[in-house]
Amino acid sequence: MAYTLNVNGKALSADVDGDTPLLWTLRDSLGILGPKYGCGVAACGACTVHIDGQPVRSCQVPTEAVGGAKITTIEGMAAHPVGQKVQAAWMDLDVAQCGYCQPGQIMSATALLAANPKPTDADIDAAMAGNLCRCATYTRIRAAIKRASGQKEA
Amino acid sequence: MTYHQIGANRRQVLASVSAAGLTLSFAVAPKAGAADAGATPLNAYVRVAPDGAVTIVAKNPEIGQGIKTSLPMMIAEELDVDWANVRIEQADNDPKLYGRQFAGGSMATPLHWDELRRVGAVARLMLIQAAAQAWNCAPGECSTTPGVVLHKASGRSRTYGSLALACADVPTPDPKSVTLKDPKSYRIVGKATPQYDVAGIVTGAPLFGIDVTRPGMVYATYAKAPVPGARVASADLEAAKSVKGVRKAFVVEGDPDAVLVRGMVGGGLTPGVAVVADTWWAARKGRDKLNLAWADHPTSKQSTAAFAEQAKALGAGKPQRTARNDGDVEAALKGAAKTVKAAYAYPFISHSPLEPMNCTAEYKDGKLEIWAPTQNPEPGRQLCAKTLGIKPEDITVHMTRCGGGFGRRLGNEYMVEAAWIAREAGAPVKLLWTREDDMQHDFYRPGGFHFFEGGVDGSGKVVAWRDHFVSYGEGSGFAPSAGMSPNEFPARFVANYRQDVSVMPLGVPTGPLRAPGSNALAFVHQSFIDELAHAAGADPLAFQIALLGDSDTVGDPPSQYNAARMKGVLKAVGEMSGWAKRGKLPKGEGMGVACYFSHMGYFAEVCHVAVSPAGDVKVKKVWVAADVGRQIVNPSGAMNQVQGSVLDGLSEALHQEITFADGKIEQSNFPDYPLMRINEAPPVEVKFVMTDYSPTGLGEPALPPAIPALTNAIFAATGKRVRSLPVRPEMLKA
Repeated sequence: MAYTLNVNGKALSADVDGDTPLLWTLRDSLGILGPKYGCGVAACGACTVHIDGQPVRSCQVPTEAVGGAKITTIEGMAAHPVGQKVQAAWMDLDVAQCGYCQPGQIMSATALLAANPKPTDADIDAAMAGNLCRCATYTRIRAAIKRASGQKEA
Repeated sequence: MTYHQIGANRRQVLASVSAAGLTLSFAVAPKAGAADAGATPLNAYVRVAPDGAVTIVAKNPEIGQGIKTSLPMMIAEELDVDWANVRIEQADNDPKLYGRQFAGGSMATPLHWDELRRVGAVARLMLIQAAAQAWNCAPGECSTTPGVVLHKASGRSRTYGSLALACADVPTPDPKSVTLKDPKSYRIVGKATPQYDVAGIVTGAPLFGIDVTRPGMVYATYAKAPVPGARVASADLEAAKSVKGVRKAFVVEGDPDAVLVRGMVGGGLTPGVAVVADTWWAARKGRDKLNLAWADHPTSKQSTAAFAEQAKALGAGKPQRTARNDGDVEAALKGAAKTVKAAYAYPFISHSPLEPMNCTAEYKDGKLEIWAPTQNPEPGRQLCAKTLGIKPEDITVHMTRCGGGFGRRLGNEYMVEAAWIAREAGAPVKLLWTREDDMQHDFYRPGGFHFFEGGVDGSGKVVAWRDHFVSYGEGSGFAPSAGMSPNEFPARFVANYRQDVSVMPLGVPTGPLRAPGSNALAFVHQSFIDELAHAAGADPLAFQIALLGDSDTVGDPPSQYNAARMKGVLKAVGEMSGWAKRGKLPKGEGMGVACYFSHMGYFAEVCHVAVSPAGDVKVKKVWVAADVGRQIVNPSGAMNQVQGSVLDGLSEALHQEITFADGKIEQSNFPDYPLMRINEAPPVEVKFVMTDYSPTGLGEPALPPAIPALTNAIFAATGKRVRSLPVRPEMLKA
């Protein structure tokens, strides 16, 4: 059936089965390709989006459960005051290797900083441990979060 | 006449330089529909637009190693342009223009360092010659600043953009004749440069294979047997087709032997069932209804447990063959002051790049177009041609950015699957494997077993080394990536050295994974050297340096070992890490050292760990001293590669293991095949030790020594020797 979703401030319609994970509705029906598929079982974080500001694994959210909630994807970060800073820090520090996990990393980091503007290392570990980076760019992810929060990086 | 026509009509000038076995083509490559259609191509790699914008072609696949940025940096440096004016374009697979295009062996830097600088220098010289013609002066009187040719004597100058068109009439200079810059004047090479795609990456731009879309595209999933290679016995295709959105479901007979030879070349189409639908989720739901049954398969009784038993028996017996036998090991062991005997093992592991295997293919009027995240496009094209029975020249392969490679995308079976399914489906198809498909249909880093005996004399010198290596293969051959060189260190450094080999036939596919061979061999050899150091009562770092002997080099190229370079990094890492003060560490903490030479790079690493009484390991820090020659091309990418490689090695050592039983892979996804996460990642301090050798690659060589540095540190902390991976807390409980 048809669902109207609020994605990055726009109302978008998709005709999918209600049990279709939000990730696949975004990617295959709405052409929003920033959220990535990595595991399908909420174990890697590559598909992370915000629903009403909270980071969620979109591979685990049935489309029918979203309702009118505000969905924000990596494509919406340029308009997000914290997201902009996170993206800028990611670019300044050249964080990525392959880059595939980084949209999910940035979504989790933005949610962290929106809730906790000066996170400690332990806060970063707790908020970011759900996001795998197979290239293991963790050193720079940590530094970029520190930079985006205006804290010393090392 | 437009610029574009001039470019297209320009005579084809072919020149080549041959070094390191690589031939570069200087053929002009005007690109239809390129963003800078008004630009003039100076050669296959460089185009200059009237406004001075420079397009540089990146020839190789980008898998996260940063090559799309670092190879164009070499060209841009010698072309003498501002990096900010450079636009990078990913090449398609085109061996006639670009030779071998692959990501493997950390080879791109050593293979291209000379040639691609010459590509830039040749283009710069052509711009100078065009200016000299216009000014009616000798080219030797001209110089350049970024983007501008100067004639200092007369004070005249011309921008590259204004000269590009005139270059159409300038013959291509002999690349061997051009003078390259003094590195002291570098403006681009050696400067930390963010990846060219950095903005696209952080904004979620559709850069990857999984993001490819084509008009009218449908989605496919492909179910294969849990026992790799088994044929389809039965499938309920009608049930799959009853799912909303499913268009087709069909059995692919394939070739049951494809999986066993699919490594870098060869292989083919694995048997399976394809489901094609309007969305990938619909295809997956259809697949769940297939009620699949699989035929019996010759390897359906194999298990890792049985191989371990067999290896133990083989290791205790007479070896099948002897690969190297120097001096008299038996006599040296008898005469040694101390001897050590130890059995080591390492498991199969999976590549698991985060972007699962996928490929988009479109088959129309006998021609096949492919968009693939591949490390190895040309063998993929050949494999598609052979399997589908079409001509290679009727196949185009576009290379997308890859969401990780690690060797996995050197095989191209997913490309063949997509091509086959697209032809059957009659529409453009994006094939995407599930994570479970990816983990259970990998070609794995093979496990292996080493039965060591070693001896040291009264002065602490290693006088005997014997290894009975039990691996996988048949006859005198090893399974892919399951071998060992007869020159494996410390061969050639120990007077009495014997390397015996026995192999077991294997049905599970194996192949190269980041630092193939080395990623396992470093662990066993560097651990056993550490055991001998402790047996001799020696400082392990000093023992490593002593083992390297008094000669600067041992053996001849290409299998030369530069002991002086290795001693250099060992000394450096000792200083960086405060090795001499390690005795002051608290109880339960320790430092370990290891070194390894692979992929032309010399690496020494020290690891500092804390081990809890329950046996949990926390890595506190790793120090790396690296010698890859006289020039780091892109320090930002280089640092990222080394830090990532070290953490990748620790992730393998602490977590990763693939097992199989009844021929089936037992792990399926990250919950049962964990990778390192940020909370486990220690700081990694890196120093590049500069030596006067031509620069070499960094995608792999930092990984191998990280593993034994960790396990040697665990021994220092606990007195417990890790002889099999992965490290498990129960091995280390106080």
